Amino acid sequence: MNFNALRAFMVKELRHILRDRQTLTVLLMMPLVQVILFGFALRSDVRNIRLVVIDPTPDHATLDLRNRFGATSTFRIVGTYQSTDSLEPLFRAGRADVALVFDPDFASHLNGSEPARLLIAVDASDPNTGTTYLAYVRTVIQSYQAELNQPGRQVEIVTQTRMRFNPTLESVNLFVPGLIALVLVLVSALMTAISLSREKERGTMEVLLVSPLRPQQIIVGKVLPYLALAFANVITALIAAWAVFHVPFRGSVSLLLAESMLYTLVSLALGVLVAARTSSQRAAMLTAMLATMLPNALLSGMIFPIASMPSWLQPFTYIVPARWFILIARGIMLKGIGLTLLWRETLVLSIMALLLLAAAMRSFKPRLE
Amino acid sequence: MTLAANSASNGIAIDAQDLTRRFGSFVAVDHITFDVKAGEVFGFLGANGAGKTTAIKMLVGLLAPSEGTAHVAGADIRTQRDEIKRSIGYMSQRFSLYADLTVRENIRLYGGIYGLTPDQIAERTKRMLDNLGLSGSVDDLVGDLPLGWKQKLAFSVALVHEPKIVFLDEPTSGVDPITRRQFWELIYAAAARGTTVFVTTHYMDEAEYCDRISIMVDGKIVELGTPAELKEKYRTETVDDVFVRLARGATKGEAA
Amino acid sequence: MSNAVEVHSVSKSFGAVKALDDISFEVRAGELFGLVGPDGAGKTTLFRILTTLLVADSGSASVLGLDPVKDLWAIRSRVGYMPGSFALYPDLSVSENLEFFAAVFGTTIEKGYELIEPIYKQLEPFRARRAEALSGGMKQKLALSCALVHRPELLLLDEPTTGVDAVSRREFWDQLGRLKSSGLTIVVSTPYMDEALRCDRVALIHGGRILEVDLPQSIGARYSLPLIAVKGSNRFALLQTLREFPSARSVYLFGDELHYSDKRVNADAGEIAAEVKTFLAQHGHADAETAPITAGIEDSFMELMGSAPAPKAEAA
Repeated sequence: MNFNALRAFMVKELRHILRDRQTLTVLLMMPLVQVILFGFALRSDVRNIRLVVIDPTPDHATLDLRNRFGATSTFRIVGTYQSTDSLEPLFRAGRADVALVFDPDFASHLNGSEPARLLIAVDASDPNTGTTYLAYVRTVIQSYQAELNQPGRQVEIVTQTRMRFNPTLESVNLFVPGLIALVLVLVSALMTAISLSREKERGTMEVLLVSPLRPQQIIVGKVLPYLALAFANVITALIAAWAVFHVPFRGSVSLLLAESMLYTLVSLALGVLVAARTSSQRAAMLTAMLATMLPNALLSGMIFPIASMPSWLQPFTYIVPARWFILIARGIMLKGIGLTLLWRETLVLSIMALLLLAAAMRSFKPRLE
Repeated sequence: MTLAANSASNGIAIDAQDLTRRFGSFVAVDHITFDVKAGEVFGFLGANGAGKTTAIKMLVGLLAPSEGTAHVAGADIRTQRDEIKRSIGYMSQRFSLYADLTVRENIRLYGGIYGLTPDQIAERTKRMLDNLGLSGSVDDLVGDLPLGWKQKLAFSVALVHEPKIVFLDEPTSGVDPITRRQFWELIYAAAARGTTVFVTTHYMDEAEYCDRISIMVDGKIVELGTPAELKEKYRTETVDDVFVRLARGATKGEAA
Repeated sequence: MSNAVEVHSVSKSFGAVKALDDISFEVRAGELFGLVGPDGAGKTTLFRILTTLLVADSGSASVLGLDPVKDLWAIRSRVGYMPGSFALYPDLSVSENLEFFAAVFGTTIEKGYELIEPIYKQLEPFRARRAEALSGGMKQKLALSCALVHRPELLLLDEPTTGVDAVSRREFWDQLGRLKSSGLTIVVSTPYMDEALRCDRVALIHGGRILEVDLPQSIGARYSLPLIAVKGSNRFALLQTLREFPSARSVYLFGDELHYSDKRVNADAGEIAAEVKTFLAQHGHADAETAPITAGIEDSFMELMGSAPAPKAEAA
């Protein structure tokens, strides 16, 4: 193998990437923009949270707490009712975000020995906002409780939480791995497919084929620079997720990066396959979108939970590389687990990478036909 | 407008006065002045990078001049671009017809673009194809035609709206020698009907077919006249020799 | 090895289109060989077969004594190829393009410099300029440098002068002459008939068939019909009148003249010229002058083309 030729090829490829400033900017900004857009789309304004109070037995204690909510700019009390019957229609109509339900014995318990009870019901149809609301409500209650606490007098307020509409709380945390999967597939499959078919259109592929370069070298030379670009993308996406949304990162960063590269290889091989089978840049681009972006976005469990797909569709998700990558990434980032628990998924991705790379090499003919 | 009206009635199809175009500090077209008579076959020659394409773009209203003026078919290239577009036809080696449409669809498309009625289009399609001997191919995809037929068809389509002037940019590039000559006979026939033909070519024997030629070097027109005049002036056998002598010293195309 | 290239009865079809139809010729070592014919004649397909990019449907070929089907890789490192569109990377500079192609062939600019020097010297002032900003003539020189940088034994050039102005074309042929004298075998295709005269030998190719292979000077000499040059004013009218002449076979525009050929194969050209002159004078062309001439390569090409069937469609 002629390593000088390979190095020259990669240098050339990097120059293409670096000189097309517009595309490069889009590629580098994409993970950042996607993470931020998704994150904010899942959040909403935390001012003017519409609060409904259900207070069956109003007295000084409940009024005191109600006033504290009313005094903040975060909350706006939109209604006070005696019974919980009024609650359901308000939530359904979307006129309330949070409800504070006092126990009938709240005041007496507050002064007595039993814990005072409060129920917090949150509209969590948008999971991320739901958790944010809850956090704000808790802050107000905790500060109230802290003030009542004096030496020799421990006040206990027990809150009970009910998330409405989205009890499992899918949040931005769960989206980040999916976003990384999407960005990687876009950069790698789409960009290699485009850059290979561009060589065909320009006629330079003809010269490359007539040179002593072997198809494997051409593929490796094409693929490695994009692997580097993909690496940069994973890091940007992770930094954005951590800095802007405080997405936790519980597991090993290097393991996640390694798995990302494995997944990128799968996507790159797909890109090469697509380019080998299409004759124009436009066709390559559309095919790459269809073959990689859509299944990876829709069938990976990133947006729609696999468990809720029709049963005939579910088996198809097993051949979607992003499905496995998302499992791995969620495992590492959110649960902090390692290879001992993720080896199966990693093995699946490795096999996919090997098969697809082999297919890509085979599909890349040393002649024009 | 009076000037424009005058030049049109004088039998002048194109007149350019000090036409100039700069790109930054680079002067692509440098004060060119010339006129083309109505019904003339005018050869616009120049080396690659001499400024021909820029000049043509200005004349057809695609690019505004930095300086100078020109009238094409009596219309000012600065202010009457729409009038110009209606009164010219354009054809080049690179862009002419849609390969994925049939012969009939292409003619209908261009006829429609220039506002011909369906009856006019039908009548002209028939006449055009009879002239070209292409009647049997009316429903063939243009991409499947041999190059020479394609170029002849493209020329006829460029004339479908009976423009006063037709611009041809390397129309015969790569075409076989018989078809090239047939193409030039189409040009002569159009000129005989009064159409002005403005043509560029790299085939120097074709330069001899023109009534008059101009030679552009480094953005300037350095010579203009009939092929016979130029050959006499430079005491050469062919226009090719005249061209090579004038264009050899060109530097500007690469200096920017 | 006396023949650098040998082609025996090669045919190649793309679907229903016969791009090459039973082609045979050979190119001697050290020769500057021209494939002259219009676009769609099959030149590109032929080059692709010789450069191992395509496999012929039937027939055989040898390139530098090697089989383009079996000895794919051996041929690839010994041949320099410049495809029809100048295959350069527009976003890379002149020197980056050249460096890249040098490295791909396992060499460096320095090692190949001797051969490319006369060409590359003209490009060196624009070393840092991107290829997309070069004029047609300069792109052509760069593409040639890239095809030569690994010192190939055989240079295959597919229409290197198409779309390039007359001055650059002359310079380009001067360079090819220089390369030939260094011992390189060159096969070059062109649609420009006048360029045939710069070759040692040419093959005229049209519609996937070789019409003739010979020295460029000899091809005209084989023209068998009486040929008359006609000069006069109002060329279009003159042409139309001339076609009315009873024994006219063909009348073609030819530079500042018309070339007239007569059906009477064995008649004396001088007598025909006089007859034609009288005919033209009677039909309003009193100033027309006629003279017998010997045919050139373009006359022959058109004559041979006229007897060959027209190509059905452009070949890939």
